Amino acid sequence: MRGKVLPVHEAGHDAMTNTLPDRAALEWMYSTMLLAKMADERAADEARKGLLAAALYPVRGLEAVCAAMGVAMAPQDQMVSSYRNLGDALSRKIPLRAIIAEAYGRMGGTSKGKGGTMHLTDNERGLIATTGIVGAGMPLAVGLGLAAQLDKSDRAIAVTFGDGATSIGAAHESFNLAALWKLPVVFVCQNNQWGEHTPLAEYAANPNLAERTAAYGLHAEAVDGFDPMATLQSIGGALDRARAGEGPSFIECRSYRLTGHSGLSDYSYVPTEELAAALARDPAPTFRTWLEQNGHVDAATLDQIEQTAVETVDDAFAFAQQSPHPSPDELMADVYASPEGVPTR
Amino acid sequence: MTTVESATDTKQMTIVAAIQNALDIALGLDERVIILGEDIADPIGGVMKATKGLSTKHGLDRVRATPIVEQTIIGTAVGAALGGYRPVAEIMFMDFLCQAMDQIINHAAKSRYMSGGHSPAPIVVRAMIGDSKFGAQHSQALEGWFMHTPGLKVVMPSNPYDTKGLLLSAIFDDDPVIFIENMGMSYSIKGEVPTGDYRVPLGEASVLREGSDITLITYGAEVHPSMAAAQALEGEISVEVIDLRSLVPLDISTCVRSVSETKRAIVVHGSTEFCGPGAEVATQLTDRLFGTLDVPVARHGATYTPVPFSQQLHSTPTEESIIAAIRTLRQRDAVGQHPESI
Repeated sequence: MRGKVLPVHEAGHDAMTNTLPDRAALEWMYSTMLLAKMADERAADEARKGLLAAALYPVRGLEAVCAAMGVAMAPQDQMVSSYRNLGDALSRKIPLRAIIAEAYGRMGGTSKGKGGTMHLTDNERGLIATTGIVGAGMPLAVGLGLAAQLDKSDRAIAVTFGDGATSIGAAHESFNLAALWKLPVVFVCQNNQWGEHTPLAEYAANPNLAERTAAYGLHAEAVDGFDPMATLQSIGGALDRARAGEGPSFIECRSYRLTGHSGLSDYSYVPTEELAAALARDPAPTFRTWLEQNGHVDAATLDQIEQTAVETVDDAFAFAQQSPHPSPDELMADVYASPEGVPTR
Repeated sequence: MTTVESATDTKQMTIVAAIQNALDIALGLDERVIILGEDIADPIGGVMKATKGLSTKHGLDRVRATPIVEQTIIGTAVGAALGGYRPVAEIMFMDFLCQAMDQIINHAAKSRYMSGGHSPAPIVVRAMIGDSKFGAQHSQALEGWFMHTPGLKVVMPSNPYDTKGLLLSAIFDDDPVIFIENMGMSYSIKGEVPTGDYRVPLGEASVLREGSDITLITYGAEVHPSMAAAQALEGEISVEVIDLRSLVPLDISTCVRSVSETKRAIVVHGSTEFCGPGAEVATQLTDRLFGTLDVPVARHGATYTPVPFSQQLHSTPTEESIIAAIRTLRQRDAVGQHPESI
């Protein structure tokens, strides 16, 4: 168990069919991948047109990982995410309306428009925190894991972060502490191969992040993050171990960032061949082909899912744009639980 | 004004004993209270022994010794608070909070606001101001940094009674609290403390000494040289001394009541005078009392230097320097000019 590093399943979907979820779950996964892709692209369009004033961190390339987390995680499980959180939020079944309204800073958003795109939270659906600080979610997940362990609950905690976050001290402190205390935490590294604008191999002496993290005495494995079935199996296994009291896991989901680091940022520095190879495995269309070719879901149903996704995205943006702005009294609300005597400016 | 709820017996306690007693009571009252920190479990019981016996009595699950990982101690505390617990994190020397600033400022303080009120993080961070014999990285008074961060409460007691009552209030407060102790007072300051549960509310200053000529407004360790200075001037100048006890919330009303009578005030503290808490207190007093004051409100804080190691160099206020500050203010009052222009 300790220090186990598995190879990446470069072969694609056919490698992992022994844990096939039921048809409803497969349909949900496809729908979620589509929503992540389409909402992401729509948000970028709105920002480009000057109609959406929000920092955007695209999730294109991570759709399969997010869909897999949505199926693997149980309703009582909790998640800590980062600024690149659209797919994570969908995996927790947070309505797209609330996600997009938060991006518009409206009352219909997850935080009444006071958190914004980098700070989606929905306690009821188990998205406990999203942080805009690289790597800072991992200590929070350790704390949530401690709470779950003290509660003797069957709750597991998943924390998502990019490959860039594995460089920061908080990550290494958290790997050690979670392993030391055998906490029910799954570290889900959404490795998109780029730390901001620097490729992994240029900032890590050992770019095999799973191998590096295994040294902390936790279960670490790498998986093909473009393969939703393989990713589902890896994350599901990690959650099972967490619930069984076997401690934390580090799952390095190897993917590729299909866009710039942030909303409208330059992407010209990315090698053309690498990007083309990654785009050839674009999660949602690749998954559709696989579902159809293997007879898991028929074409008419997939067409219907696509049509529904288009409508859901349109509806979410319309809802967000019509949702009221926070009233002026929201400025001072929620700073303190008991604000008696604290300053007002 | 303090409330004593269920305390009849009292005992002589040091500040460390008062902290240990408060933590023991809190752990007994509420299973959600847990403690995290370096070396806090028995047999060590913390570097200052403030958690001595607690892991033995309440279990290693709830009184958890951690590796030397300040930012992850605080991050873990914030996460556990998000998970429904009331963690108390011990961070030895206050200077080490620099290691944990991201989790304190970006997470603990803002979590409630950024989530629209859904995800509060009611943690207590205990840390102490050290002693100059440890040099400049173990002796800074950094309370001003935390006062500058909306979402945090900042508490700084001066005696065992307040320490216990304020710590219990802080632990059961629904907001994150930075609770600042002082190494020099830990064992030297003793007092009668009720052995049972009682709370000193956050945001209520205490008038330690009444006087009619001038008001010293202070808190934490500087309360003691301020009291000594007031005593030394007895018969010559009548000095009132106010212990703020908490800086956020700040009890400006008690200060205004006092200074409206004395018409002269000096704010005394161990953090730097420049941009220190005294600037805020002085401004608020001037806002309310301008035109009725005999002299502008003065500040007497630390020099704008790192804390020197040499015991012969004094960066923070001493009894002698406070007496000198009082005399300077009196001189200005008589002459009507700033002392530097006299």
